Amino acid sequence: MTGAMEIYQLLPKTNCKECGRSTCMAFAAALLSRDAVVDDCPILKEEKYRDNYENLTKIVSPVGNASETGMIVHEELCTGCGNCVVACPVNVAEDPYGAGAGKTPTNDKVILRVEDGIVRISNVEDCRRFGENKILCSGCIVTCPTKAIEFI
Amino acid sequence: MNEKYYVCTGCALLCDDIEIECDGYRISGVNSACRKGVARMKGCQDPLACSISGQKADIDAAIKEAAEILTNADNPLIFGLGNSTIEAQKKAIEVARRVHAYIDDTSSFCQGPVIEAILNGQIRSCTLDEVRHQADVIIYWGADPANSHPRHLSKYSYFPRGKERQRGWEEDRTAIAIDVRHSDTAEICKDHFYQIPPQADRELIDALTSALSGKVPKVSFGMESKKILELASILKKAQFGTIFVGLGLVYSLSDMEPLIKLMDKLNEVSNFHLVPMVGQYNMRGADQPMFNETGYINRVHFDTDPTGADVTRHGPECSAVELLRSGEVDAALVIGSDPMGSLPRSIAEHLLHIPVINIDPCKTQTSRNAAVTIPCALGGVESGGSAIRMDGVQVELPVILKSDRLSDMEIFDRILEVL
Ligand code: SF4
Ligand code: SF4
Ligand code: SF4
Ligand code: SF4
Repeated sequence: MTGAMEIYQLLPKTNCKECGRSTCMAFAAALLSRDAVVDDCPILKEEKYRDNYENLTKIVSPVGNASETGMIVHEELCTGCGNCVVACPVNVAEDPYGAGAGKTPTNDKVILRVEDGIVRISNVEDCRRFGENKILCSGCIVTCPTKAIEFI
Repeated sequence: MNEKYYVCTGCALLCDDIEIECDGYRISGVNSACRKGVARMKGCQDPLACSISGQKADIDAAIKEAAEILTNADNPLIFGLGNSTIEAQKKAIEVARRVHAYIDDTSSFCQGPVIEAILNGQIRSCTLDEVRHQADVIIYWGADPANSHPRHLSKYSYFPRGKERQRGWEEDRTAIAIDVRHSDTAEICKDHFYQIPPQADRELIDALTSALSGKVPKVSFGMESKKILELASILKKAQFGTIFVGLGLVYSLSDMEPLIKLMDKLNEVSNFHLVPMVGQYNMRGADQPMFNETGYINRVHFDTDPTGADVTRHGPECSAVELLRSGEVDAALVIGSDPMGSLPRSIAEHLLHIPVINIDPCKTQTSRNAAVTIPCALGGVESGGSAIRMDGVQVELPVILKSDRLSDMEIFDRILEVL
């Protein structure tokens, strides 16, 4: 997954504060947590930063794709392997003999399922990372061979 | 939820839990298949047309022409068959007998040696269902299922919960990858990834065999004895172990002997099975009827001796690759395979100089130069039948969508009629 340092390397590093942050590093952190968008830095629009700008927009996905839990699926990376579907503890609890046993989900309570070869999310409110008793579950992240799932 | 499940023929995993939505003549939705499977089921972008010498032809004329080419040839070859149903494969053998052809499938340069050793009882195998319910140690050797068989880990080998593996992958299973590169599968195996240099498989097999015999293992590449002993001890403690053998391993071994020895040793001290990572959906199927009928899995020549009596010959000289290299064959029927696209140019080139009959649902490099092209229904989608999964289990393929194209079996049937 992308780190703040990696993002920082692509910024102008002038600390000009135009973005409203005190330093470029602070802006990098804001990008990482999706509190800011790449376009907030006007300096990046200059011609000499064009490659950096394009790279940044690629690695920092717009917040619009994220579900309420902060889950982002990079659809272009997903192979539809179903690892996350079978590994997700909520899927296992809700559908032990379907999704939990490696097969097609047999009910609508699962969070993750594969449709047309790509993972789809539903019932996000049941994700262990959500709500009052949230825990740092990473079932769907560590099982993905292509790092197609990310939480922000 | 859908009541009816279909089978995906995208690879030899033959996933049997696929949900399909159709709107009229088209598959509009495919649930639970991986991306690769969806692409297969939604059909080809570029369907094959029926043609003779590049000119549009009707199916009867094309079949007649095909039969003629096969009859007129002295040494015809029938090749491919990995993407055909068992029923079609049996007919293909019949055609081969009738015209005294060579017949070979893609396994002769693929998983053939492994399948042969299993069918001959030299290597112990098991089913994928047993793996799901029981396996606690899983090895992917020279294989990268995350790319070649995307649902392998989720449906059978690592992530699902099974009868004796209730606590799932985190606690109940150990997945190990042995490969020359850090593949996507290796990424999932994390600390249990053992990287070896190219062509070093044999050495590691021997080292493991000695480690399992209580000797100190040594290899010439930079893997410490400690690491090999560690691996050996995981294997020793396995209650139900399975090695999934990929082409990476098969290609680096000149014969199966070391692997058979390792499996014997493993079964002295532990409980191990081996399953070939077969690619095309019914390549294992192609080997089975041939084995039942001739005792050989591939590379067969239905020849005649000087007195005119039928003899069945077999050997490396009968493999499609050898026959093309030597220029021995003077006509070829290629079905469900694309040698022009997948074999080295120097070998495939011979196909440009002889009449080729190509049967396939889609256009390929091979169909481009074929004398006769006959489109067939997409197996497992537009035509049914049965196929054999990578682990030897027979799976029935229901028809998903009707099509007016003939199935590959019907095409062979029609060729037989003309013959
Ligand atoms: S506007 Fe751009 S260059 Fe200026 S401080 Fe912010 S990130 Fe750095
Ligand atoms: S974070 Fe955990 S509970 Fe949430 S979707 Fe991923 S695996 Fe399931
Ligand atoms: S594990 Fe990753 S690649 Fe596989 S289905 Fe889930 S998101 Fe897609
Ligand atoms: S793993 Fe193979 S059989 Fe299963 S859905 Fe994917 S392509 Fe089809």
